[in-house]
Amino acid sequence: MIKQHTVSAFEDEMQFLTHKIAEMGGHAEKMIGQSVKALTTGDVDLARAVIKDDMRLDEGQREIDDKAVLLIAQRQPMANDLREVFANIRISSDLERIGDMAKGIAKRVSSVSEYSHGVKFARGIEHLSELASAQLKEVLDCYGTRSVDEVNNIIERDEEIDAMYTSLFRELLTYMMEDPRNITTCTHLLFCAKNIERIGDHATNIAEATYYMVKGQKLDAARPNEDKTHKVSLD
Amino acid sequence: MNDESKTPKVKMAGKGVEVFYGAKQAINGIDLEVYERQVTALIGPSGCGKSTYLRCLNRMNDTIDICKVKGLLTLDGEDIYDPNIDVVELRARVGMVFQKPNPFPKSIYENITYGPRIHGLAKSKADLDVIVEKSLRGAGLWEEVKDRLLEPGTGLSGGQQQRLCIARAIAVQPEVILMDEPCSALDPIATAIVEELIGELREQYTIVIVTHSMQQAARVSQRTAMFHLGDLVEVDDTETIFTNPSEKRTQDYITGRFG
Repeated sequence: MIKQHTVSAFEDEMQFLTHKIAEMGGHAEKMIGQSVKALTTGDVDLARAVIKDDMRLDEGQREIDDKAVLLIAQRQPMANDLREVFANIRISSDLERIGDMAKGIAKRVSSVSEYSHGVKFARGIEHLSELASAQLKEVLDCYGTRSVDEVNNIIERDEEIDAMYTSLFRELLTYMMEDPRNITTCTHLLFCAKNIERIGDHATNIAEATYYMVKGQKLDAARPNEDKTHKVSLD
Repeated sequence: MNDESKTPKVKMAGKGVEVFYGAKQAINGIDLEVYERQVTALIGPSGCGKSTYLRCLNRMNDTIDICKVKGLLTLDGEDIYDPNIDVVELRARVGMVFQKPNPFPKSIYENITYGPRIHGLAKSKADLDVIVEKSLRGAGLWEEVKDRLLEPGTGLSGGQQQRLCIARAIAVQPEVILMDEPCSALDPIATAIVEELIGELREQYTIVIVTHSMQQAARVSQRTAMFHLGDLVEVDDTETIFTNPSEKRTQDYITGRFG
């Protein structure tokens, strides 16, 4: 067990950062779930609530930045403390981006729900988002418990997300080819799917930052290849 | 991550070094190598033995009657506790700068020339003049004092006095400079000047510095040795010690969790 700092205010400040990250993480998870729920049920009110909620992650990131800068100036953290402050700054920025991704999905809900097939087409996204949410949750658990034994396995699963995103991409292209009236909705959904795929990438960033924070070494496992849809063609 | 292309040469080495003050053991058998033209920082809480170890390196502990040093300490492979070693000559090769600036109550000029005179490094006044200018320039003090070399050294500011002591130490052309908390009595600007100077001195001299400031150790040294209760906890590249130390005691100390 790590001992407490002799200066109790230092201890409190470090704790504050940790708690704030946990809070932001929980909030980001909630935003992903709600934005996708709004998309698959065509719930415009819920979508509006998600859009408004994103402010809290922006504020959280600003607060962590301010407190971290002040802490570095006042306490000059070293070793594990230094790594922790550095990781917290990075993780809060990833969580803030995840919030933006969820907000991006929520913003498209009204356009998608206007079209009768929209909600049906959005099914595939639901499953994709479950994978990404699960990944984020496990990564945040690693952060919370400071145990990184599972980090490699979690990161490897990002490949699943990427594979599913590619197949979703094909599926939406097929709908578009079937009927040009599907194009507007499917284009919106493509952006939604891309956002979720990006959430998986941010979760991987968080996993890497957590690993460095705990171990003091860079995670050297090769990062799974990301978005492969640049190779998808219509034939 | 080491920017030195070749492995640095060992300048001073301790093997199984034990120090006793009467019956009390202050250092419990330490092996520690100091590399040439590097700054090695010794850190650790008060009473950990770091200053005691530093003082072994030029036999300053000889001046304490009840102090006994065991084990092997070498300078360029030569046993410095060998009975045939001339201690005065050793201390010219391994100079020392103390916590509180302690210029002689003499002129700035004489503060510098005292050492070279007793070591017979200068034959004439002209030689001494050259040494004075070179040493003061080396300590970054020349421009500030060149017009008042005959004024007392004690009339300088604290930071200038400390640089005068560094000039005095380098006047006898040492190979190693030991510094025992050289900045603890200085303000931040004077500290920055001395730290900058340490970086420059490193090109010519091997430096061992005891400091209570973690940030200072991180800034000025290439290697850091962590002491605790008379043991050497670990020694590693400074970068590693302050970002990812191997030993928990080091981590607890440098992050302010000790005790």
